[in-house]
Order: sequence, then C-alpha cells, then structure tokens
Amino acid sequence: METVHSATPLLAMLASLIGAFLILFTGERNRNLREFWTLAAAVIKFGLIASMLPYILHGKIVEYTMVEIYKGLFLQFRVDTFGMIFALLASFLWIVVSLYSIGYMRDLNEHAQTRYFFCFALAIFGAVGVALAGNLLTLYMFYEILTVATFALVAHKETPEAIKAGRKYLAYLLTGAAFVLFSMAVTYYLTGTLDFKPGGFVAGHGSREILSLVFVTFMIGFGSKAAIMPIHEWLPSAMIAPTPVSALLHAVAVVKAGVFCCLRVILYVFGPKVLSDLGLWIPLAFVVSFTVIVANIIALTQDHLKRRLAFSTINNLSIIILGAALVSHDGIRGAMLHIPFHGFMKITLFMCAGAIYVKTHKEFISEMEGIGKQMPITMAAFTIGALGLTGIPPVCGFISKWYLCLGALEAKEIIFLLVFLASALLDAAYFLPIIYGAFFKKPKFVKDHFDEASFFVVFPIVITAIGSIFFGLFPDAFMHFFKLAVASAKNIMGMGV
Amino acid sequence: MWELILSKYNYWIYALLLIIGFYAMMAKNNLLKKLIGMNIFQWALIFYFISIAAKKGGTVPIIPGVHGHHGAEHLVVHAADYINPLPHVLMLTAIVVGVATTGIALALLINIYRRYGTLEEDEVIEELKR
Amino acid sequence: MIQEQFPALIVVTPLIMSFILFTVSWWNKRLCFPILLATLSACLVFAIGILDMVIKHGQPIHYHLGGWDPPWGIEYVIDHLNALVLVAVAVVAWLVALYAKSVVEKELHESKLPQFYTLFLLQVTGLFGITATGDMFNLYVLLEIASFSAYAIIAMGERGADFAAFRYVIFGTIGACAYLLGVGYLYILTGSLNMADLAQLIPKLFYNKALLVGFAFFLVGVGIKMGIFPLHTWLPDAYTLAPSAVSALLAPLFTKVGAYVIIRIMFTVFDPSFSIKLYPVMDILGWIAAIGIAFACIMALAQSDLKRMLCYLIVAEMGYIVIGIASANRLGLTGAILHIVNDMFMMACLFTVVGAIMYQTGTRNIYQFRYLHRTMPVTLGVFVVGALSVVGVPPMCGFFSKWYLILGTIEAKKWLLLFVLLASSLVNAILFFRVIENAYLEPRGEHAFAHDGGHPSISLDEVPWSMLISMLMIAAGIILLGIFSGVIIKHVIQFAVPASF
Repeated sequence: METVHSATPLLAMLASLIGAFLILFTGERNRNLREFWTLAAAVIKFGLIASMLPYILHGKIVEYTMVEIYKGLFLQFRVDTFGMIFALLASFLWIVVSLYSIGYMRDLNEHAQTRYFFCFALAIFGAVGVALAGNLLTLYMFYEILTVATFALVAHKETPEAIKAGRKYLAYLLTGAAFVLFSMAVTYYLTGTLDFKPGGFVAGHGSREILSLVFVTFMIGFGSKAAIMPIHEWLPSAMIAPTPVSALLHAVAVVKAGVFCCLRVILYVFGPKVLSDLGLWIPLAFVVSFTVIVANIIALTQDHLKRRLAFSTINNLSIIILGAALVSHDGIRGAMLHIPFHGFMKITLFMCAGAIYVKTHKEFISEMEGIGKQMPITMAAFTIGALGLTGIPPVCGFISKWYLCLGALEAKEIIFLLVFLASALLDAAYFLPIIYGAFFKKPKFVKDHFDEASFFVVFPIVITAIGSIFFGLFPDAFMHFFKLAVASAKNIMGMGV
Repeated sequence: MWELILSKYNYWIYALLLIIGFYAMMAKNNLLKKLIGMNIFQWALIFYFISIAAKKGGTVPIIPGVHGHHGAEHLVVHAADYINPLPHVLMLTAIVVGVATTGIALALLINIYRRYGTLEEDEVIEELKR
Repeated sequence: MIQEQFPALIVVTPLIMSFILFTVSWWNKRLCFPILLATLSACLVFAIGILDMVIKHGQPIHYHLGGWDPPWGIEYVIDHLNALVLVAVAVVAWLVALYAKSVVEKELHESKLPQFYTLFLLQVTGLFGITATGDMFNLYVLLEIASFSAYAIIAMGERGADFAAFRYVIFGTIGACAYLLGVGYLYILTGSLNMADLAQLIPKLFYNKALLVGFAFFLVGVGIKMGIFPLHTWLPDAYTLAPSAVSALLAPLFTKVGAYVIIRIMFTVFDPSFSIKLYPVMDILGWIAAIGIAFACIMALAQSDLKRMLCYLIVAEMGYIVIGIASANRLGLTGAILHIVNDMFMMACLFTVVGAIMYQTGTRNIYQFRYLHRTMPVTLGVFVVGALSVVGVPPMCGFFSKWYLILGTIEAKKWLLLFVLLASSLVNAILFFRVIENAYLEPRGEHAFAHDGGHPSISLDEVPWSMLISMLMIAAGIILLGIFSGVIIKHVIQFAVPASF
C-alpha cells in the first residue's frame, strides 16, 4: 500500500482548532461573525478531508507525522479507508448540525452560546483527530480532548441535574480512559509499537492470558464511550444537554468515536485471526448481543423522546460492534457501513426531537400526538429515519443491516442472525407508535395548523433525511462509503484469516 | 561488651545528646525549648565530627617554619602524628550554619511572641484557630 | 573561555547580586526588581550554556573550585542530569520572578520588598548550588542556604506564617542534620567527601553496617526536604501560608531539587546495585510511595482551600517520582527524571494561578469561584492547561512522564504501583474538575435563567500583564515540554540514567 505524505490531515485538524479560538475571541462581540467562523471552519474541514478521498479510493494512505516522541511512539496522522469513513461523517455532519445549532440556540435564546460553539468546535477537533489517528497514542490524545471538550456541552444547562449528568459523564469516560491507558502501556511494552495495522499487530507478542486480559481492558475502556452495557448509564443521563449536542455528539461523534475505537482495537490492533485463535470473539459477541436486545427493550418503556432515542443509539452501537466481532467479510462491511448510515438516520431523529422542543416545548411522546399536522416536514423526516433504523428499504439502514445479517450467516452463528432480526422487530415496536400517534391521532396539546420551526432548524433535518434515502439507493455515491467499507474489510481479512 | 561501650564512648555521648535534643524538639510545648533542643541536636552532631578527628598522641596540624608551597614539598609528613583538620573545618561551617538557623528561629520567635503573646505551642495553635 | 566558568558563575552570581541588591535598595528601591530579573536572566544564559556544553561533549563537566584538585578541593560536576535540572530551575525561577513583581507589591508591605528580592536570590543560589555541586559537604552548605532563605521568605506570609515557618525550621533542621550525619558516616568509612571519589570507594564497603546506617540517614534527611510521606508534614502549612510568589517559587523547585539529590545519592554516589540487589530499598520506597500518594489524594479531596489542595498534590507528585525510582529500571527512571522537569512547570503553573486568583478576588476557597470565568478567563485557561497536565491528558507534559512511569512499573511487575498511578490520575481528575466546575459553570435553579439570551458575559478584570505573560509562558512551556518530550529524552535523559540499567 502506497503512502502519501501530505500535510492535509494537519490542515484539516487546524481548521477546527483555529476556528474554535476564533469563535472564542469574537463570540461575544459579534454573534454573526461567530456563526460565520463556525460554518467556515466546518466547510473548510470537510473540503480538506474530502480532498484526500481520491487517494484513499485508489488504495493509498495519507500520512503526516507531527512529532516523534521516542522509540516507536509517534504523534501521527495516518488516513486509511476506515478512518476516512468516520472523518467524512463527522465533518459533514458538523456542517449540518452547525446550521441546526444556530437556529436552535437563537430560537430558544440560550445562554453561553460562545462557550457552546467553542466547545463544539473543539469536540469536532477531537473526533476527527480520533478518525485520522494513525496509532493508539494519537488516538488516545484526541479521545481525551474529545471527552474534556464535551463535558462543558453536557453540563451546558447548568441546572443541578445537568451538572450531575456532566459529572457522571466524566466519571465513566475518564475511568474508561484509565483502562485504555493501561491496555495501551501493556501493548506498547509487549510489541514496541502502537501503530494500527489492518489485521492487527499483537499476534505472537504475548501469552494467551496477557493478550486476553489486554483485550478485555481495552473493551472496557473504549466500551464506556461506546455505551456497552453495563457501562452505558452516562448516555441516557447526558440527554439533558441541548438537542444539537445530543444530536451530533451523542448520536454521531462521541459514541461513534467510542465504537470507532472499539473497531480499531478489534480489527487493527488484535485482528480477526488473533481473536479467532484466542476464542475471544464469541464472548464479545454475546456481551454486545445482550446490550442489543436489552437496550431495545428498555427503549420500549421510555416516554421521554430523547431517552428513547438514546437507548436506540445504545442498541445500534452494539450492533456495530457485534458486526465487527463476527470476524467475517460481510460482518465487517456491515459494521463499517452502519457507522455512517446510522449516523445520518439518528441525527435526523434527534434534530426532529429538537425541532419539536423548540416549537412546542414538548419532550414526552405521549404529548406529541397529532403533531404531524403541525410539523409535517419534521415528522416526515422522522418517519424516514425511523424506518431506516428498523431496516426498511429504501432508506440506507436496510443496506447495513442486510450485510450484518449476511455476516452472521458467514460466521455460521445463527443466533446472532436472530439477534439482528429481534432487534429490528423491537425497533419497529417503539418507532411505529410514535409515527402513528403523530400523524393519525387527534392533536391534544399541539396546534392544528402548519407551524414548523425556523428555516435553520428544518433545513438540516431535510438534508439528512434526504441523505438517508439517497445513500439507501446509491450507497456508494458522493462519499463512497460503500467502497471504503469494502476496501477496509478486504484489507483486514486479507491479512491471513 | 564493656569494651565495646568504653572504647567508643564518644559515639555514646553524641547519641545521647542527639536523643535529648530530638526529644526536646518533639515533646516540649514551649517553642523556645524546642529551639534549644534543636541546638542540642546540632551540637551533638558537631561533637561527633570533631571526636572522629582526634588521634591518640596527635598534635596540632600545623607544619612549623614553612609558608605555603615553598618548603613544605620536601618534608615527609606522617599523617598519624597530626590530628585530622578536615572535620574541624567542616564543623566551623556547620557551626556557622547552626548560628544562622538559631538566628532565624529566634527572629521568628520574637515575631510570634509579639503577635500571639505566648510561646507555648498549643496556645499559639488556639490563637490561630480564631 | 568564559563558558568554562559557567558552573561556578551560576552559583556565585546570584549570591553576590543578592548582597548588591540589598545595598542598592538603601539608595533606590525601584532598582530591586530589574536587578533581580537581570541576575536571573544571566543565570538562565549560564544554565543553557552548561547544558549545551554537556550535550556537545557527551561527558560530564568537571569544574575545580579555586583550582584545587579533587578529592581535596571542592568540585562541581555537571552531567546530563544536573544540566537538565539546572535549566529547568533557571527557567521556572525566571518566570516566577517576572510573576512575582505585582503579587508581592500587593501582598507585602513596601519596606519588606528589598528583603523579599534578596531572599529570592539567595534561595535561587542555594538551588543552583545543590544541583551543580559534586561534593557532599558543599551540598549540605548549599542545602542549608536554600533552607534558610525558605524559612525566612515563608515567614513573610499571612497570619500564621511565622509559626508555620518556625515548625519548618525545626523539621528542616532535623532533615539537614540527618543528611550531615550521613555525610559523617561516609567520611568516617572512606575519608572522602567527593561524590565521584565516593562512588569508587563505596562498593568495597557494601556489607558494612555503618554504610547502611549512613544511607538510611541520607534517605530520611533528604526525604524531609523532599516532602515524601510521612516526612511531609511541614509542607501544607508552610506553603499555604507563604506569600503567593514564594509558594510559586518554592513549591515547584525546592522539593524537586530534593528529588534530584535522592537520585544522585542512590544512583551515583551509592552504586545502584546497593539499593536494588543488596538491600530491599526499592520495595520499601515503593510501599512508601503508594501509601503516600493514597494519603495525599485523600487529604487533597478534603480541602476547600485551593492552595492547600495543591500542597497535598505536591506530596502526591513526589510519590510519582519515588515510584519511578522504585521501579529501578531504565523506563521508570526516565519517567522519574522527566517528571522532575514536568512537575516543576506544572506546579509553577498551578501555584501562579492560585496567586493570581488570590490577587484579584482575595479568596482561595473553591466554592467561592463562581463567576471567575467571566472576570478571569485567561487565568482559568492557564489553570485548565495545568490541571489537564496533572490528570495526564496528552499533549500536555504530565501525560508523557506518566506514560514512562507506567511502562516502568509494568516492566518491574509492580502491579500495586501501577494501580496507584492509574487510580490517582482519576482522583486528580475529580480534584480538578471540582474546581473547573465551580469556576466555569454557574449552577442555576431548575428553570431559572436558562434562556437569558446569551448577553455578553465576559467583563474582563484580569491580573496585571506581567503576571499574565508569565502564566501564559508557563502554560506554553507545559504544552511544548509535552510535544518535545521525545527530544528531551533522546538527547539528555537517556544519558542521565545510569548505564547499568
């Protein structure tokens, strides 16, 4: 695989870092200028990342070394097919959610907006850094930056409840980070390197017991951010944050970063061969299957819309990890596709929830009956997202779920196929009532006539909803997610399973 | 066994002084007594060093009749005839250090007395709590 | 030519200038601060020059004071370890001096200022001397010079500072005397006071009980000065009640120079095998470090005074360095030495911030920090950098020293120490996020002002520029040290670790 040395990754990272500080320094004086910096940084960042896409699609890797720390430790960006998926997703959706945030914050007349946009920019800085990282050390660094930056976003409302949620968030994530640090140190000690390699690099460097232990601690560490049960509790509590925060960070960036890191460990540090040899993939698959089913069951019982969506996210994240744990071509493909596809669909759902709150201040599903009459565009988008998550074509969710099921078959474990199907059934069970109630029930607490939220709020929702359908029909278009996922799976599995 | 104690009597004396000084520093309530204990502690140390410099039958370590480098080069000197001057020199410095420490401590004590009206440790702590 | 005189100049210059400063102050008070800064700038130049020489030659520099040959004369030996510590001390001292001007003018009475600056220079003399010397007794003298200046300069602080200083006098003298006893034992057994000479003479005496007692006295003596648990009890009171500039000077530097002395004694004077193979010193140190860190973290959690909390943090950080020593391998010792330098900057950052907050608001109580993010955003930003460094978030320097410490414990298979390292990072996170929460977030009632429209909330009321610049430079130093830690390790630290590791 050819390596291209280019400063583009660094420039992309700098775009959001400089943008963050520009926001900080101009924010209070000129709100419009501040929003401009946000959007400008987002567009530049996406542009730079997209510019690397041609290289990646031709099988090359874009690399940029920032600093060599010592023997085998680097702070280095290495963009490969998998990292590209996440980077494109995060940077594109930042543009969308920035537009949405502007509308949301202004409509609600929220406080501390500068701090909000500053931390948002820093959080994206961290998330894309995680995507572009070429080794565990760089990944850890941006992972920590992401955690710290999002703390202020979670506790944004500054109510006692919000502060408690923020503290819980930190407690879970920093403890997870301590586990990761331990695992990272042992990995470096055993192998002398931390660079990601498709198919893993720890093979043969340690005894079965040590490698198994390190794998478990890695999973606990990154699993806290990926909201695997039972270390998931911070996510529902974090729904107290403003909806744009929930939308991007907790449905797309923070938890996706956690899942991304889990997949990096499973596929690029340990690799399918080691996992099969050690027999670790079965226990992992069972643990996440548990989360898949239980999360969906709990989602059924939630009346608070965002909490229901939060449990749906937990369900989908574990589906992604399950796909990767099945160590099969299609499973990996499905998992990698589900990352962006779920991102688009989930963010649509969260933004809809936010739009509803902006206009009607309603948070509970039972109050939202008949809201389809008031906000048809919003609810149409919600329907699209919900159908996609359930796995109904032509929304993109169908494609990723299709490959995941194929992966379960390829791994010759029917039980996981049943898990996927059961989860889809449960998805239907808790999404369809919302849609039905919105369109077909008599409006009790909401207005009877058309009254959508402002343009800045609705437009992003429409973009992502249309995007979800678009990717469902042409999964390889525009950002070439499909090709990237296929290429990644080939590279990983090609390393001798 | 008595041989052991008697032949090394200088070490026993210094150890005793050390313990007395240490006890005074820790157990006494009056700050001035602590200071005196500190002094005893330091002096024990000085005695110890000086005692190791002594030699049986040794005399003052000065070579008579010569100045500096000229003249002393051709004299053969038996080290056993002269007591060791180095510890004495070191202890001059240590005495100075001790004096300086005592000076600082006394200045602090004057200040403490002026401010809190007492030199008893527990009373000062009481005073500070208010 | 003059470069060769640097090892002596770096100690002599502040010594002489302190007296000159004091006499000049009788004539013109306003010259005091410029003289201070100029002297420290010169020392910085000397320190960098020395480091440059050491790196170029690759061998330690030997400087014979007065032209007398060792082991009869006093010798200054600068190898990679010293040189690094010298530069770190010089940089931090310079930055704190810049910071000190405004703080001290507010906190101390005008007539005391010349005395403050004089003591500042004497303190710095002592610190440079301890680092540069290669003679055991000379180290004692300079240790005492540094200690006296510390006693006196601490006593200039708030209510209760003189009492705290007195207790420090008592405790510190025990420490210094214990060190002197150790020197005495070594002298009786070997007849030499020169470190390099002793390193050759001691191995023949390894099984001598008197040598072991001497070593024990060294550990206790330097341990008191370093602030290792359980010999740290003087530290919280003394550093909390001292003037802000004094804490900012002493907290980073004094204890870390003590750590340097321990490394010198354990690994240069006494052959490393003495502590590792012959006697279970490393095990004992490991236990002491673990208990000390646990104790310090618990005590820190209980404090509402930010400065006191940071004092307990110093004890915990010393525990980290001892963990690095106790790992007794190349990785651990690399981490310990790197941590000495990193911690100097981290503590300087945190203590200058506390001083700044005290300067502006008159309080150090964490729970009264409510509106600080509106009035002092830059100061808080510096605090966040320091806090993240202590917690261990890359790219701040604290992460990199922790990384090597962790690797060291893994290689030494000391799992308790590893656990303590990781767990204490989490406790540090709690400690600092408590403060950050209080400073940045203003807890509101359930449905109160959440929608107040984001009116301009920053009404800048920051500290003077000299303080801000100093703090920003320290924060920048923390980030740069982190990014370039590889360079430091490759060019300096890997030569500073004894070759037998």
